[in-house]
Amino acid sequence: MAFRIVVDSDLCQGHGVCENEAPELFEVGRDMLAHVLVEQADESQRRAAEAAAKYCPTHAITLVPVL
Amino acid sequence: MTDTTTAPTGRSADIPKVSGDDGGTGHLEELRVDPIGLMQRVRDECGDVGEFRLADNDVVLLSGAEANEVFFRASDDELDQAAAYPFMTPIFGEGVVFDATPEERRRALHNQSLRDKFMRGHAATITAEIERMLAEWDDEGEIDLLDWTAELFIYTSTSCLIGPRFREELDVSVAHLFHELERGTDAIAFVDPYADIDSFRRRDAARAALVERVQGIMARRRAAGPPAEGEERDLVDVLMSIKDPDGNEHFSADVITGMFISMMFAGHHTTSTTASWFIIEMLRNPDVMAAVVAEMDALADAGGGEITYQDLREVPWLEASIKETLRLHPPLILLLRLAKVPVEVEGYTIPAGKLVGASPAVSNRLPEAFDDPDRFDPSRYVEPRQDDLDNPWNWIPFGAGRHRCVGAAFAMMQLKTIFCILLRDWELTAAQPPETYRNDHSKMVVQLAQPCMVRYRRRSGPTVVEDGSPTGESA
Repeated sequence: MAFRIVVDSDLCQGHGVCENEAPELFEVGRDMLAHVLVEQADESQRRAAEAAAKYCPTHAITLVPVL
Repeated sequence: MTDTTTAPTGRSADIPKVSGDDGGTGHLEELRVDPIGLMQRVRDECGDVGEFRLADNDVVLLSGAEANEVFFRASDDELDQAAAYPFMTPIFGEGVVFDATPEERRRALHNQSLRDKFMRGHAATITAEIERMLAEWDDEGEIDLLDWTAELFIYTSTSCLIGPRFREELDVSVAHLFHELERGTDAIAFVDPYADIDSFRRRDAARAALVERVQGIMARRRAAGPPAEGEERDLVDVLMSIKDPDGNEHFSADVITGMFISMMFAGHHTTSTTASWFIIEMLRNPDVMAAVVAEMDALADAGGGEITYQDLREVPWLEASIKETLRLHPPLILLLRLAKVPVEVEGYTIPAGKLVGASPAVSNRLPEAFDDPDRFDPSRYVEPRQDDLDNPWNWIPFGAGRHRCVGAAFAMMQLKTIFCILLRDWELTAAQPPETYRNDHSKMVVQLAQPCMVRYRRRSGPTVVEDGSPTGESA
Protein backbone atom coordinates (compact mmCIF):
# COMPACT_ATOMS: atom_id res chain seq x y z
CA MET A 1 0.00 0.00 0.00
CA ALA A 2 1.30 3.43 -0.87
CA PHE A 3 1.87 5.93 1.91
CA ARG A 4 2.71 9.58 2.40
CA ILE A 5 5.50 10.91 4.61
CA VAL A 6 4.85 13.95 6.81
CA VAL A 7 7.52 15.98 8.63
CA ASP A 8 6.38 18.29 11.47
CA SER A 9 8.56 21.35 10.85
CA ASP A 10 7.91 22.64 14.39
CA LEU A 11 9.75 19.58 15.67
CA CYS A 12 12.39 18.93 12.99
CA GLN A 13 15.91 20.17 13.87
CA GLY A 14 17.68 18.89 10.79
CA HIS A 15 19.77 16.19 12.45
CA GLY A 16 19.74 14.28 9.18
CA VAL A 17 19.10 10.80 10.53
CA CYS A 18 16.30 10.39 7.94
CA GLU A 19 18.63 11.42 5.14
CA ASN A 20 21.13 8.76 6.19
CA GLU A 21 18.51 6.05 6.65
CA ALA A 22 16.54 6.79 3.48
CA PRO A 23 18.42 9.04 1.04
CA GLU A 24 15.79 8.41 -1.65
CA LEU A 25 13.06 9.82 0.56
CA PHE A 26 14.58 12.69 2.56
CA GLU A 27 16.94 15.58 2.16
CA VAL A 28 17.92 18.18 4.77
CA GLY A 29 17.81 21.54 3.05
CA ARG A 30 19.77 24.73 3.62
CA ASP A 31 16.90 25.76 5.89
CA MET A 32 18.00 22.96 8.26
CA LEU A 33 14.70 21.15 7.84
CA ALA A 34 14.07 17.70 6.44
CA HIS A 35 12.19 17.68 3.14
CA VAL A 36 10.34 14.71 1.71
CA LEU A 37 11.45 14.02 -1.85
CA VAL A 38 8.50 11.94 -3.01
CA GLU A 39 4.79 12.68 -3.28
CA GLN A 40 4.00 9.09 -2.29
CA ALA A 41 6.20 6.20 -1.25
CA ASP A 42 5.57 2.56 -2.11
CA GLU A 43 5.90 -0.70 -0.20
CA SER A 44 9.52 -1.22 -1.30
CA GLN A 45 10.45 1.97 0.53
CA ARG A 46 8.56 1.24 3.73
CA ARG A 47 11.47 -0.32 5.63
CA ALA A 48 13.71 2.68 5.07
CA ALA A 49 10.90 5.14 5.86
CA GLU A 50 10.07 3.31 9.09
CA ALA A 51 13.72 3.36 10.17
CA ALA A 52 13.85 7.11 9.49
CA ALA A 53 10.71 7.67 11.59
CA LYS A 54 11.91 5.37 14.39
CA TYR A 55 15.36 6.87 14.77
CA CYS A 56 14.39 10.52 14.18
CA PRO A 57 15.74 12.21 17.34
CA THR A 58 12.81 14.61 17.56
CA HIS A 59 10.09 12.17 16.39
CA ALA A 60 9.06 14.60 13.68
CA ILE A 61 8.20 12.00 11.01
CA THR A 62 4.88 10.21 10.55
CA LEU A 63 3.83 7.77 7.83
CA VAL A 64 0.27 8.21 6.61
CA PRO A 65 -1.47 5.49 4.58
CA VAL A 66 -2.92 6.61 1.25
CA LEU A 67 -6.34 5.04 0.83
CA MET B 1 1.78 46.07 38.78
CA THR B 2 1.43 48.82 36.25
CA ASP B 3 2.25 46.65 33.24
CA THR B 4 -0.82 44.48 33.70
CA THR B 5 -3.13 47.44 33.21
CA THR B 6 -1.75 48.03 29.71
CA ALA B 7 -2.48 44.45 28.58
CA PRO B 8 -4.94 44.63 25.68
CA THR B 9 -7.47 41.98 26.66
CA GLY B 10 -7.90 38.89 28.75
CA ARG B 11 -7.56 38.30 32.46
CA SER B 12 -3.90 39.02 33.02
CA ALA B 13 -4.63 40.82 36.26
CA ASP B 14 -6.10 37.56 37.48
CA ILE B 15 -3.09 35.32 36.99
CA PRO B 16 -3.05 33.71 40.42
CA LYS B 17 -0.04 34.40 42.65
CA VAL B 18 1.49 31.72 44.78
CA SER B 19 1.71 32.16 48.56
CA GLY B 20 4.95 32.93 50.36
CA ASP B 21 6.02 36.30 48.88
CA ASP B 22 8.32 37.67 51.60
CA GLY B 23 7.65 41.30 50.69
CA GLY B 24 11.31 41.91 49.87
CA THR B 25 12.74 39.96 46.95
CA GLY B 26 9.56 37.88 46.76
CA HIS B 27 10.31 34.18 46.32
CA LEU B 28 14.01 34.57 45.55
CA GLU B 29 15.20 33.13 48.86
CA GLU B 30 12.86 30.16 48.55
CA LEU B 31 14.10 29.54 44.99
CA ARG B 32 17.66 29.39 46.36
CA VAL B 33 16.74 26.76 48.94
CA ASP B 34 13.89 24.64 47.61
CA PRO B 35 13.09 25.52 43.97
CA ILE B 36 11.12 22.35 43.23
CA GLY B 37 9.00 22.81 46.36
CA LEU B 38 8.22 26.38 45.24
CA MET B 39 7.29 25.36 41.71
CA GLN B 40 5.17 22.42 42.86
CA ARG B 41 3.32 24.77 45.20
CA VAL B 42 2.62 27.11 42.27
CA ARG B 43 0.92 24.22 40.50
CA ASP B 44 -0.89 22.99 43.62
CA GLU B 45 -2.24 26.44 44.54
CA CYS B 46 -2.66 28.09 41.12
CA GLY B 47 -3.06 25.28 38.56
CA ASP B 48 -1.61 25.37 35.04
CA VAL B 49 -0.82 29.11 35.17
CA GLY B 50 0.56 30.76 38.31
CA GLU B 51 2.97 33.47 39.28
CA PHE B 52 5.90 33.91 41.64
CA ARG B 53 8.29 36.83 42.05
CA LEU B 54 12.08 37.22 41.87
CA ALA B 55 12.78 40.78 43.04
CA ASP B 56 11.61 42.99 40.12
CA ASN B 57 10.84 40.02 37.84
CA ASP B 58 7.46 38.34 37.86
CA VAL B 59 7.71 34.75 36.64
CA VAL B 60 4.57 33.15 35.20
CA LEU B 61 5.06 29.41 35.66
CA LEU B 62 3.21 27.15 33.24
CA SER B 63 2.58 23.44 33.75
CA GLY B 64 0.42 20.70 32.28
CA ALA B 65 0.26 19.62 28.64
CA GLU B 66 -1.89 22.49 27.32
CA ALA B 67 0.10 25.35 28.86
CA ASN B 68 3.44 23.68 28.16
CA GLU B 69 2.51 23.30 24.49
CA VAL B 70 1.98 27.08 24.23
CA PHE B 71 5.37 27.59 25.89
CA PHE B 72 7.25 25.19 23.61
CA ARG B 73 5.56 26.10 20.33
CA ALA B 74 6.10 29.86 20.77
CA SER B 75 8.62 31.55 18.48
CA ASP B 76 11.49 33.75 19.70
CA ASP B 77 9.44 36.80 18.68
CA GLU B 78 6.84 35.78 21.25
CA LEU B 79 8.82 34.10 24.02
CA ASP B 80 12.50 34.97 23.83
CA GLN B 81 15.08 32.63 25.25
CA ALA B 82 18.12 34.89 24.91
CA ALA B 83 17.08 37.52 27.45
CA ALA B 84 15.81 35.13 30.12
CA TYR B 85 19.02 33.84 31.71
CA PRO B 86 20.85 36.81 33.30
CA PHE B 87 23.15 34.48 35.22
CA MET B 88 24.76 33.26 31.98
CA THR B 89 26.12 36.59 30.69
CA PRO B 90 29.12 36.83 33.07
CA ILE B 91 29.99 33.20 32.31
CA PHE B 92 30.01 33.55 28.52
CA GLY B 93 31.67 36.95 28.90
CA GLU B 94 30.27 40.44 29.21
CA GLY B 95 31.30 42.53 26.25
CA VAL B 96 32.22 39.50 24.19
CA VAL B 97 30.52 40.40 20.96
CA PHE B 98 29.33 37.39 19.11
CA ASP B 99 28.59 37.79 15.44
CA ALA B 100 25.48 35.69 15.82
CA THR B 101 22.31 35.36 17.89
CA PRO B 102 21.99 32.40 20.29
CA GLU B 103 19.76 30.70 17.72
CA GLU B 104 22.37 31.12 14.98
CA ARG B 105 25.11 29.87 17.28
CA ARG B 106 23.02 26.83 18.14
CA ARG B 107 22.51 26.11 14.45
CA ALA B 108 26.20 26.50 13.72
CA LEU B 109 27.13 24.10 16.51
CA HIS B 110 24.50 21.71 15.23
CA ASN B 111 25.78 21.87 11.66
CA GLN B 112 29.45 21.55 12.58
CA SER B 113 29.27 18.90 15.28
CA LEU B 114 25.91 17.46 16.18
CA ARG B 115 24.37 16.17 12.98
CA ASP B 116 23.83 12.46 12.60
CA LYS B 117 26.67 12.06 10.13
CA PHE B 118 29.17 13.02 12.89
CA MET B 119 27.77 10.62 15.49
CA ARG B 120 29.74 7.51 14.52
CA GLY B 121 32.98 9.44 14.83
CA HIS B 122 31.90 10.91 18.17
CA ALA B 123 31.02 7.41 19.47
CA ALA B 124 34.57 6.24 18.72
CA THR B 125 36.06 9.35 20.38
CA ILE B 126 33.92 8.86 23.50
CA THR B 127 34.85 5.17 23.69
CA ALA B 128 38.53 6.12 23.69
CA GLU B 129 37.99 8.77 26.39
CA ILE B 130 36.08 6.52 28.81
CA GLU B 131 38.62 3.74 28.34
CA ARG B 132 41.39 6.22 29.13
CA MET B 133 39.65 7.27 32.37
CA LEU B 134 39.01 3.64 33.35
CA ALA B 135 42.62 2.68 32.66
CA GLU B 136 43.54 4.77 35.71
CA TRP B 137 41.39 2.66 38.01
CA ASP B 138 42.85 -0.05 40.23
CA ASP B 139 41.04 -3.39 40.45
CA GLU B 140 38.85 -1.81 43.09
CA GLY B 141 38.40 1.59 44.68
CA GLU B 142 36.07 4.53 45.18
CA ILE B 143 35.09 7.53 43.09
CA ASP B 144 33.22 10.73 43.82
CA LEU B 145 30.46 10.79 41.20
CA LEU B 146 30.44 14.56 40.79
CA ASP B 147 34.22 14.89 40.37
CA TRP B 148 34.58 11.84 38.16
CA THR B 149 31.76 12.59 35.73
CA ALA B 150 32.69 16.30 35.57
CA GLU B 151 36.22 15.40 34.47
CA LEU B 152 35.09 12.73 32.00
CA PHE B 153 32.66 15.04 30.21
CA ILE B 154 35.21 17.86 29.94
CA TYR B 155 37.36 15.47 27.90
CA THR B 156 34.57 14.02 25.76
CA SER B 157 32.94 17.36 24.97
CA THR B 158 36.16 19.18 24.10
CA SER B 159 37.41 16.25 22.05
CA CYS B 160 34.17 15.99 20.05
CA LEU B 161 33.31 19.70 19.74
CA ILE B 162 36.67 21.50 19.64
CA GLY B 163 39.07 18.76 18.58
CA PRO B 164 41.55 16.20 19.93
CA ARG B 165 44.51 18.64 19.74
CA PHE B 166 42.80 20.98 22.20
CA ARG B 167 41.66 18.14 24.45
CA GLU B 168 45.26 16.98 24.86
CA GLU B 169 46.07 20.36 26.44
CA LEU B 170 43.57 19.79 29.26
CA ASP B 171 43.72 18.11 32.64
CA VAL B 172 41.57 17.82 35.75
CA SER B 173 42.25 21.46 36.72
CA VAL B 174 40.12 22.59 33.78
CA ALA B 175 37.25 20.50 35.11
CA HIS B 176 37.63 22.30 38.43
CA LEU B 177 37.55 25.70 36.75
CA PHE B 178 34.48 24.72 34.76
CA HIS B 179 32.83 23.61 37.98
CA GLU B 180 33.42 27.07 39.46
CA LEU B 181 31.61 28.58 36.46
CA GLU B 182 28.69 26.25 37.04
CA ARG B 183 28.63 27.16 40.73
CA GLY B 184 28.49 30.83 39.76
CA THR B 185 24.80 30.64 38.89
CA ASP B 186 23.22 31.85 42.13
CA ALA B 187 19.68 33.14 41.56
CA ILE B 188 20.84 36.43 43.06
CA ALA B 189 21.81 37.12 39.43
CA PHE B 190 18.14 37.99 38.88
CA VAL B 191 18.85 41.02 41.10
CA ASP B 192 22.48 41.63 40.11
CA PRO B 193 24.63 39.24 38.04
CA TYR B 194 27.73 41.02 39.37
CA ALA B 195 26.78 41.09 43.07
CA ASP B 196 29.81 40.94 45.36
CA ILE B 197 29.33 37.40 46.65
CA ASP B 198 31.80 34.53 46.97
CA SER B 199 30.39 32.31 44.22
CA PHE B 200 30.42 35.18 41.69
CA ARG B 201 34.00 36.17 42.60
CA ARG B 202 35.07 32.56 42.10
CA ARG B 203 33.13 32.40 38.82
CA ASP B 204 34.99 35.46 37.50
CA ALA B 205 38.36 34.16 38.69
CA ALA B 206 37.69 30.79 37.01
CA ARG B 207 36.76 32.45 33.72
CA ALA B 208 39.93 34.56 33.83
CA ALA B 209 41.99 31.43 34.50
CA LEU B 210 40.39 29.68 31.52
CA VAL B 211 41.17 32.66 29.29
CA GLU B 212 44.78 32.43 30.49
CA ARG B 213 44.90 28.72 29.59
CA VAL B 214 43.59 29.43 26.09
CA GLN B 215 46.01 32.35 25.78
CA GLY B 216 48.90 30.00 26.59
CA ILE B 217 47.72 27.41 24.06
CA MET B 218 47.43 30.09 21.38
CA ALA B 219 50.91 31.45 22.17
CA ARG B 220 52.46 27.98 21.83
CA ARG B 221 50.73 27.45 18.50
CA ARG B 222 51.86 30.83 17.22
CA ALA B 223 55.44 29.91 18.15
CA ALA B 224 55.13 26.50 16.47
CA GLY B 225 53.59 27.93 13.32
CA PRO B 226 50.42 26.71 11.60
CA PRO B 227 49.79 22.93 11.48
CA ALA B 228 51.47 21.16 8.58
CA GLU B 229 49.51 20.03 5.55
CA GLY B 230 47.58 16.89 6.48
CA GLU B 231 48.02 17.45 10.21
CA GLU B 232 44.71 17.52 12.05
CA ARG B 233 43.44 21.01 12.89
CA ASP B 234 41.09 21.82 15.72
CA LEU B 235 38.75 24.73 16.25
CA VAL B 236 41.53 26.81 17.88
CA ASP B 237 43.59 26.54 14.68
CA VAL B 238 40.58 27.45 12.57
CA LEU B 239 39.68 30.49 14.71
CA MET B 240 43.32 31.65 14.86
CA SER B 241 43.55 31.48 11.07
CA ILE B 242 40.82 34.10 10.69
CA LYS B 243 42.49 37.48 10.21
CA ASP B 244 41.13 41.02 10.17
CA PRO B 245 41.98 43.38 7.23
CA ASP B 246 45.27 44.38 8.90
CA GLY B 247 46.38 40.75 9.03
CA ASN B 248 45.98 40.43 12.81
CA GLU B 249 44.10 37.58 14.45
CA HIS B 250 40.41 38.46 14.47
CA PHE B 251 39.51 36.64 17.69
CA SER B 252 41.15 37.30 21.05
CA ALA B 253 41.72 34.58 23.65
CA ASP B 254 38.88 36.13 25.64
CA VAL B 255 36.41 35.80 22.76
CA ILE B 256 37.55 32.28 21.84
CA THR B 257 37.23 31.19 25.47
CA GLY B 258 33.73 32.69 25.55
CA MET B 259 32.80 30.74 22.43
CA PHE B 260 34.12 27.48 23.89
CA ILE B 261 32.29 28.03 27.18
CA SER B 262 29.04 28.75 25.34
CA MET B 263 29.46 25.59 23.22
CA MET B 264 30.25 23.35 26.18
CA PHE B 265 28.20 24.77 29.02
CA ALA B 266 24.77 23.40 28.13
CA GLY B 267 26.12 19.89 27.58
CA HIS B 268 28.47 19.56 30.51
CA HIS B 269 26.68 19.77 33.86
CA THR B 270 23.57 18.23 32.29
CA THR B 271 25.30 15.09 31.04
CA SER B 272 27.42 14.81 34.17
CA THR B 273 24.38 15.04 36.47
CA THR B 274 22.42 12.55 34.38
CA ALA B 275 25.28 10.04 34.35
CA SER B 276 25.59 10.33 38.13
CA TRP B 277 21.87 9.87 38.75
CA PHE B 278 21.76 6.94 36.35
CA ILE B 279 24.40 5.19 38.46
CA ILE B 280 22.54 6.08 41.67
CA GLU B 281 19.24 4.73 40.31
CA MET B 282 21.01 1.52 39.28
CA LEU B 283 22.31 1.16 42.86
CA ARG B 284 18.85 1.81 44.26
CA ASN B 285 17.18 -0.63 41.83
CA PRO B 286 19.30 -3.79 41.65
CA ASP B 287 16.76 -5.67 39.53
CA VAL B 288 16.92 -3.00 36.84
CA MET B 289 20.71 -2.93 37.00
CA ALA B 290 20.79 -6.71 36.52
CA ALA B 291 18.61 -6.37 33.39
CA VAL B 292 20.81 -3.60 31.99
CA VAL B 293 24.03 -5.48 32.74
CA ALA B 294 22.61 -8.61 31.07
CA GLU B 295 21.85 -6.49 28.00
CA MET B 296 25.45 -5.20 27.94
CA ASP B 297 26.83 -8.70 28.31
CA ALA B 298 24.69 -9.96 25.43
CA LEU B 299 25.99 -7.12 23.27
CA ALA B 300 29.58 -7.83 24.17
CA ASP B 301 29.14 -11.55 23.46
CA ALA B 302 27.48 -10.94 20.10
CA GLY B 303 30.05 -8.40 18.94
CA GLY B 304 33.19 -10.06 20.28
CA GLY B 305 33.79 -7.15 22.64
CA GLU B 306 33.32 -4.50 19.97
CA ILE B 307 30.38 -2.12 20.45
CA THR B 308 29.11 -0.57 17.23
CA TYR B 309 26.99 2.49 16.60
CA GLN B 310 24.11 0.27 15.48
CA ASP B 311 24.41 -1.69 18.76
CA LEU B 312 23.84 1.55 20.67
CA ARG B 313 20.46 1.92 18.97
CA GLU B 314 19.22 -1.47 20.16
CA VAL B 315 19.68 -1.41 23.94
CA PRO B 316 16.09 -1.00 25.17
CA TRP B 317 16.72 -1.41 28.93
CA LEU B 318 19.74 0.83 28.99
CA GLU B 319 17.95 3.47 26.95
CA ALA B 320 14.77 3.21 29.03
CA SER B 321 16.76 3.49 32.26
CA ILE B 322 18.49 6.66 31.02
CA LYS B 323 15.11 8.12 30.01
CA GLU B 324 13.63 7.29 33.40
CA THR B 325 16.64 8.87 35.11
CA LEU B 326 16.04 12.01 33.05
CA ARG B 327 12.35 12.05 33.95
CA LEU B 328 12.95 11.83 37.71
CA HIS B 329 16.14 13.93 37.81
CA PRO B 330 15.96 16.43 34.95
CA PRO B 331 19.22 18.40 34.99
CA LEU B 332 17.40 21.63 34.16
CA ILE B 333 14.49 22.17 36.53
CA LEU B 334 13.28 25.56 35.27
CA LEU B 335 13.24 26.72 31.62
CA LEU B 336 12.72 30.44 31.11
CA ARG B 337 11.65 32.84 28.37
CA LEU B 338 10.91 36.56 28.28
CA ALA B 339 7.48 37.53 26.89
CA LYS B 340 8.09 39.99 24.02
CA VAL B 341 4.39 40.36 23.26
CA PRO B 342 1.24 39.52 25.25
CA VAL B 343 0.82 35.74 25.22
CA GLU B 344 -2.52 33.96 25.67
CA VAL B 345 -2.57 30.83 27.81
CA GLU B 346 -5.74 29.06 28.91
CA GLY B 347 -7.76 32.26 29.06
CA TYR B 348 -5.07 34.36 30.73
CA THR B 349 -2.99 37.01 29.00
CA ILE B 350 0.65 37.13 30.05
CA PRO B 351 1.77 40.73 29.44
CA ALA B 352 4.98 41.54 27.56
CA GLY B 353 7.94 41.98 29.89
CA LYS B 354 7.20 39.11 32.25
CA LEU B 355 9.38 36.03 32.52
CA VAL B 356 7.58 32.83 31.59
CA GLY B 357 8.74 29.47 32.91
CA ALA B 358 8.12 25.76 32.42
CA SER B 359 9.44 23.19 34.87
CA PRO B 360 10.66 19.75 33.80
CA ALA B 361 10.93 18.81 37.49
CA VAL B 362 7.19 19.43 37.98
CA SER B 363 5.85 18.31 34.59
CA ASN B 364 7.85 15.05 34.45
CA ARG B 365 6.05 13.87 37.59
CA LEU B 366 2.46 14.91 36.92
CA PRO B 367 0.21 12.09 38.16
CA GLU B 368 -2.27 12.76 35.32
CA ALA B 369 0.46 11.90 32.80
CA PHE B 370 2.52 9.23 34.57
CA ASP B 371 1.29 6.31 36.68
CA ASP B 372 2.92 6.25 40.11
CA PRO B 373 5.02 9.26 39.03
CA ASP B 374 7.69 9.13 41.74
CA ARG B 375 8.60 5.51 41.04
CA PHE B 376 11.71 4.63 38.97
CA ASP B 377 10.20 2.37 36.34
CA PRO B 378 12.02 2.05 33.00
CA SER B 379 9.31 -0.28 31.67
CA ARG B 380 7.41 2.93 30.88
CA TYR B 381 9.49 3.07 27.68
CA VAL B 382 9.76 -0.61 26.81
CA GLU B 383 7.46 -1.79 24.01
CA PRO B 384 4.55 -1.56 23.82
CA ARG B 385 4.69 1.34 26.32
CA GLN B 386 6.11 4.71 25.29
CA ASP B 387 5.27 7.17 28.04
CA ASP B 388 7.72 9.73 26.61
CA LEU B 389 6.13 9.87 23.16
CA ASP B 390 2.61 9.67 24.58
CA ASN B 391 3.26 12.78 26.68
CA PRO B 392 5.24 15.09 24.39
CA TRP B 393 4.42 18.24 26.40
CA ASN B 394 4.84 16.71 29.87
CA TRP B 395 7.84 14.39 29.33
CA ILE B 396 10.22 17.32 28.91
CA PRO B 397 13.72 16.60 30.29
CA PHE B 398 15.08 17.97 26.98
CA GLY B 399 12.41 20.65 26.63
CA ALA B 400 10.23 20.24 23.55
CA GLY B 401 9.26 21.83 20.26
CA ARG B 402 11.51 24.18 18.35
CA HIS B 403 13.93 24.82 21.24
CA ARG B 404 14.23 21.18 22.23
CA CYS B 405 17.79 20.47 23.32
CA VAL B 406 19.79 20.27 20.11
CA GLY B 407 22.31 18.03 21.86
CA ALA B 408 19.77 15.44 23.01
CA ALA B 409 20.74 12.78 20.46
CA PHE B 410 24.44 13.40 21.16
CA ALA B 411 23.83 13.17 24.92
CA MET B 412 21.90 9.89 24.65
CA MET B 413 24.59 8.38 22.41
CA GLN B 414 27.30 9.58 24.79
CA LEU B 415 25.61 8.14 27.90
CA LYS B 416 24.88 4.83 26.18
CA THR B 417 28.48 4.49 24.98
CA ILE B 418 29.87 5.18 28.43
CA PHE B 419 27.57 2.80 30.28
CA CYS B 420 28.05 0.01 27.73
CA ILE B 421 31.74 0.01 28.61
CA LEU B 422 31.46 0.82 32.30
CA LEU B 423 28.83 -1.83 33.12
CA ARG B 424 30.45 -4.46 30.91
CA ASP B 425 33.76 -4.30 32.75
CA TRP B 426 32.98 -2.96 36.23
CA GLU B 427 30.71 -3.75 39.14
CA LEU B 428 29.44 -0.71 41.05
CA THR B 429 28.16 -0.57 44.63
CA ALA B 430 27.03 2.26 46.85
CA ALA B 431 29.68 3.58 49.24
CA GLN B 432 27.07 5.38 51.33
CA PRO B 433 23.40 4.65 52.13
CA PRO B 434 21.62 4.92 48.72
CA GLU B 435 19.00 7.33 50.06
CA THR B 436 21.70 9.86 51.02
CA TYR B 437 22.53 10.80 47.42
CA ARG B 438 20.83 14.11 46.69
CA ASN B 439 21.02 17.26 44.58
CA ASP B 440 22.35 20.64 45.67
CA HIS B 441 19.70 23.16 44.62
CA SER B 442 21.40 26.30 45.93
CA LYS B 443 22.39 27.40 42.39
CA MET B 444 20.43 27.63 39.16
CA VAL B 445 22.72 24.93 37.77
CA VAL B 446 21.74 21.86 39.76
CA GLN B 447 24.60 19.57 40.77
CA LEU B 448 24.94 16.45 42.85
CA ALA B 449 25.64 17.27 46.51
CA GLN B 450 28.84 15.83 47.93
CA PRO B 451 29.63 13.36 49.36
CA CYS B 452 28.45 11.09 46.51
CA MET B 453 30.84 8.16 46.70
CA VAL B 454 30.55 4.94 44.72
CA ARG B 455 32.71 1.83 44.97
CA TYR B 456 33.92 0.00 41.88
CA ARG B 457 35.43 -3.43 41.32
CA ARG B 458 36.67 -5.03 38.12
CA ARG B 459 34.36 -7.77 36.93
CA SER B 460 36.01 -11.13 36.46
CA GLY B 461 33.85 -12.27 33.57
CA PRO B 462 30.49 -11.90 31.86
CA THR B 463 28.59 -13.34 34.86
CA VAL B 464 27.16 -10.70 37.19
CA VAL B 465 28.78 -11.38 40.57
CA GLU B 466 29.33 -14.38 42.80
CA ASP B 467 26.29 -13.83 45.00
CA GLY B 468 24.12 -12.74 42.08
CA SER B 469 23.28 -9.42 43.65
CA PRO B 470 25.13 -6.42 42.27
CA THR B 471 24.23 -4.28 45.25
CA GLY B 472 23.99 -6.96 47.91
CA GLU B 473 25.61 -4.93 50.65
CA SER B 474 23.56 -1.78 50.19
CA ALA B 475 20.16 -3.35 49.49
